[in-house]
Amino acid sequence: MFSFILRRLGLLIPTFIGVTFVAFLFIRLLPGDPIIAMAGERGVTPQRYQELVQQFGFDKPMLLQYFDYLRGVLHGDLGTSITTKRPVLAEFRNLFPATLELSICAIILAVALGIPAGVIAAVKRGSWVDQALMGTALVGYSMPIFWWGLLLIIFFSGYLGWTPVSGRISLMYFFPPVTGFMLIDSVISGQKGAFLSAASHLILPSIVLATIPLAVIARQTRSAMLEVLGEDYVRTARSKGLAPFRVIGIHALRNALIPVVTTIGLQIGVLMAGAILTETIFSWPGVGKWMVDAVFKRDYPVVQGGLLLIAGIIMIVNLLVDVAYGFINPRVRK
Amino acid sequence: MKKLALLLAASALASAFATSAWSKTLVYCSEGSPEGFDPGLSESGTTFDASSKPVYNRLVEFKRGTTDVVPGLAESWTISPDGLVYTFKLRKGVKFQTTDFFTPTRDFNADDVIFTFDRMSNKDNPYHTYVNGGDYTYYSDMSLPKLITSWEKVDDNTVKLTLTSPNAPMLADLAMDFASVMSKEYADKLAADKNMIQLNQKPLGTGPFTFVAYQQDAVIRYKANPDYWDGKQKIDDLVFAITPDAAVRMQRLKAGECHVANAPAPADIPGLKGDKSLTVMEQPGLNIGYLAYNTTQPPFDKVEVRKALNMAINKKSILEAVYPGIGEIAKNPIPPTMWSYDTKTEDDKYDPAAAKAMLEKAGVKDLKMKIWAMPVARPYNPNARRMAELIQADFAKVGVAVEIVSYDWTQYLKLAADPKHDGAVLAGWTGDNGDPDNFVTPLLSCDAVGSGNKAAWCDKSFSEVVKKAAEISDKAERTKLYEHAQAIFKAQAPWATIAHSLVVLPMSAKVKGYLQDPLGSHRFDGVDIEE
Repeated sequence: MFSFILRRLGLLIPTFIGVTFVAFLFIRLLPGDPIIAMAGERGVTPQRYQELVQQFGFDKPMLLQYFDYLRGVLHGDLGTSITTKRPVLAEFRNLFPATLELSICAIILAVALGIPAGVIAAVKRGSWVDQALMGTALVGYSMPIFWWGLLLIIFFSGYLGWTPVSGRISLMYFFPPVTGFMLIDSVISGQKGAFLSAASHLILPSIVLATIPLAVIARQTRSAMLEVLGEDYVRTARSKGLAPFRVIGIHALRNALIPVVTTIGLQIGVLMAGAILTETIFSWPGVGKWMVDAVFKRDYPVVQGGLLLIAGIIMIVNLLVDVAYGFINPRVRK
Repeated sequence: MKKLALLLAASALASAFATSAWSKTLVYCSEGSPEGFDPGLSESGTTFDASSKPVYNRLVEFKRGTTDVVPGLAESWTISPDGLVYTFKLRKGVKFQTTDFFTPTRDFNADDVIFTFDRMSNKDNPYHTYVNGGDYTYYSDMSLPKLITSWEKVDDNTVKLTLTSPNAPMLADLAMDFASVMSKEYADKLAADKNMIQLNQKPLGTGPFTFVAYQQDAVIRYKANPDYWDGKQKIDDLVFAITPDAAVRMQRLKAGECHVANAPAPADIPGLKGDKSLTVMEQPGLNIGYLAYNTTQPPFDKVEVRKALNMAINKKSILEAVYPGIGEIAKNPIPPTMWSYDTKTEDDKYDPAAAKAMLEKAGVKDLKMKIWAMPVARPYNPNARRMAELIQADFAKVGVAVEIVSYDWTQYLKLAADPKHDGAVLAGWTGDNGDPDNFVTPLLSCDAVGSGNKAAWCDKSFSEVVKKAAEISDKAERTKLYEHAQAIFKAQAPWATIAHSLVVLPMSAKVKGYLQDPLGSHRFDGVDIEE
């Protein structure tokens, strides 16, 4: 098991270096540069442009810039944002808890609703319940996030007045962040009603962000369940007269969950992609919107650093999933 | 389900009540995050709204709701007869804000003014490069390094500014956000603590509101400055709720989550006007949207071709389609709210038949050209693609085939500034300081070819006239020169002037005393909320 973990860790190193290179190259391949983006309509004279190019070090050979960047990364320095002049790592630390909090809520919602929906659809295969659930999943999967978010805001916040429109907590609450997780910080603050306000602000963004993973999990659960329900041991369990709940809930579902867990792990990337739009709609101060803004402003250090950190997190989660698999299924270790 | 709905409704109600109990707090739904809080380092209106407007003052200020320059931290000034020396008498007894991160021990004085400008111009000042990649772009872009010889302290309450050549817009320049006066005492303390970066993160000035906290990309909080030299504000707290999406900003405004919401989408405006709980303010913007021909490229190097194309554009239909209820036809390169605007100018008459004949006379047949459409909505042009399509249809009527091209925004700006670009470019401008020089020099002078002059149009007589107008201080004389410049512009037609857009600002009907800024910024001094 130990050597299996070591092998997996060894694979991380070239992947990590590859990510630094791709992140570095990706933003530079886009046309335009930060100087032009900053100057806007005013423009910048060729002479001033050259001065700024030198100041930012963009005149150095590309490879040299890359090695400078790599050296910084190895020393824990991801550079400074060209736009805000703040260290990239500090900005990420400020914003990431918001994205993580939203993503955790979304994935809990997606799992809590997606798995039961998939199981019910499999058990009621071919019935109107199955068709309704899978039809809804297909609609959810195809839904443009931006439109869906606005629709929910207009209906639940605008028309019914049940939920707040956007933000992480009502503006009346003001306390310094301790963990960065609003649900926890609101409890720590001790301010009356703060937790309820933070929780109510999470409802709509969580629903929007959970929609696609929910649909994927429901469909995956259904197909895994259908496969398992046709196995001999399930038939045996049934023929032994076990209660349907035990057959489905214990014998079938436990085995069907293995591919579903993989799917849930893969949803982390989907959540990150969805977070970009969800955060923009709900004015959610997370890393998704931060990265998009940086791409538009050609803020090289932020795009490079942000991509690297997000990729690093995904790599670590994948490593943990691999290790967990190794524990569950010894064949994987070989 | 019923219980959940009740719980949610109770939570929403509790927030609403708490907000009303939280009276005299004005919430502004802004469109983006500030880049930082040192206004000298930025060119962004969003940054200025969050930094220079609430926290700082300048030597001279724009009077609220106008572009008139009035005393600020300087209570008076004199200009030498040759126009080269400005002597400012500083206001006494002005206090810098007291915050939880700094307590000033002295009042504002000449040292603060000298420090403010020295950090921008003097490469040896430790604050010249105190942030990584930091650059006093506005100061450089306004050509002030060339224009200013020195800032000198005469005594604690007097400073002297010496110029290399007379410059009439100088006072208006000094009223701009980048010239916000910083506290030298605060900067020195930060330098001693080896924490200079804080100057750009926790601002401290003499302005109407004191900075309290910034939660990145979420909220900025200020409180009324109790020691403000012009009197404490009527509201106690000011909150910027950063809300990037226009539709969501309007939903927040309707739901009462904010009192003022910036930049509505044009399509939302009729709905906002119909809401009785809201007031929708609008005023002509200090802006221009135009089509710049590349005047160095045949056949656009011929005046008669440019004139003919201008006559082929149906501006009225563009106005209806692109600026529904929020624009007016432009005939000059400066907007009608600007002093020296020439009302006598006759616009090119829409006449496709005459345009076609003119093109034929100029020897232009089967012309194929490119029109560049911006990929983004701008205040002066909410939908460049639509505008390009309408012009394409208009030009087709006179036998000109148009290919519409577009690029990523930063690439667009770079390529359009290059004098070698192909065809005609849709572009625009929003004024910085209310002086006509701020339109004609950066957009049309010979010096601006390769940067802001997208037509690459270099007319020596035009450039000389606007240069002369910038050097004299007599407003009547300047007006005549700018009128002359507008006449040259109209005769030479480097652009098709399309429209000036209205600036629309919706707010709760409870907000009182708000005055729209012609320069497009948002300031909340003098504003109140009805209880």
